[in-house]
Amino acid sequence: MLGFGADLLWADMNRLLAFLFHQGVLDEQFLQLQQLQDHTSPNFVSEVVNIYFHESEKLLTNLRSLLMEREFSDYKKMEIHLNQFIGSSSSIGAKRVTSICIAFRAASEQDNRTGCLRALEMLEHEYCYLKNKLHELFQIEQQRALAAGVRYPV
Amino acid sequence: METNGVVSIDVDAEEVHVLAVDDSLVDRKVIERLLKISACKVTAVDSGIRALQFLGLDESDGFVPGLKVDLVITDYCMPGMTGYELLKKIKQESSSFREIPVVIMSSENILPRIDRCLEEGAEDFIVKPVKLSDVKRLKGYMTTRDVRGETENREINVNFNGNVEGNNGVGINNKRKLEEASDEFSSEPSISSSPSVSLSSSPMSSSPDVLDSPIRRLKMADTE
Repeated sequence: MLGFGADLLWADMNRLLAFLFHQGVLDEQFLQLQQLQDHTSPNFVSEVVNIYFHESEKLLTNLRSLLMEREFSDYKKMEIHLNQFIGSSSSIGAKRVTSICIAFRAASEQDNRTGCLRALEMLEHEYCYLKNKLHELFQIEQQRALAAGVRYPV
Repeated sequence: METNGVVSIDVDAEEVHVLAVDDSLVDRKVIERLLKISACKVTAVDSGIRALQFLGLDESDGFVPGLKVDLVITDYCMPGMTGYELLKKIKQESSSFREIPVVIMSSENILPRIDRCLEEGAEDFIVKPVKLSDVKRLKGYMTTRDVRGETENREINVNFNGNVEGNNGVGINNKRKLEEASDEFSSEPSISSSPSVSLSSSPMSSSPDVLDSPIRRLKMADTE
């Protein structure tokens, strides 16, 4: 009985993952992170992703306050934030977020404030979606670990 | 004569020690894990300045590094000192660490940037995100430092096997290209262009060739 629930949850997790891959929300870099998780570092993925969330929210806040400035002109500063965002997003396999950041950066390089605002909205929306989905994924994983009993090779 | 590029040396006696430099905490965590899982000791720092301090290369005297460093891997874009500037400092004439292989990472695959780094003595240039296969390649640089003397044999090999022509470059760059050349020949025989080209100065190298050799992760498919 103990393993039964775990198997169902494992299927749920894989279904969600497959969906996210299919949608292009995640790419193979996320799989790479999962490969780095084992009994010596059992929470590696969620640890890295939580750091990513923390950093991303700071970046998003900075981006929004920059664009909301009345006399905004510091596109270079925005590009620095965007470069960081692109880097960290690609490192965790957040494919759609990365693409939007790249488009955002292109708009910034053209000093296109309207384009930047549009990109920021898309980015906030996409990031929100990603965060929700990854939380869902980690939740299922936690439930599965509980259902299976935490069992790691000794 | 070796047909494989990398001669495997047993370094189990001592784990290799890598100094990783990246201002992004996410990337530091990932690279640290990639290296640890590949049986490397890792020291991760968040800036070029700290890296120099760790190596004992910064202006302030007194600090003597306790652990030897077998490889430095650094992000290119960092506030303050860029990875490129760090590379130059390490490769300086006066530097006691100029023999250490330095690898640059960047999320941008800008060819002039890559060229610049390789010209300055970088061992390799990895386009982020960094994967396990990249780290496996890095281990090759750290072990083959001991077999630099065999470079000549392997040069002959490559000429024998394929279309490598012209400038072979010097020393470390050459070694890497030879490794790549062997790999290319074994896995992608359909590549007609020379897989092994001197990136720094060869006037006859065309851009597609550049991508085949150490920068195989340029991911041409993704560039707009």
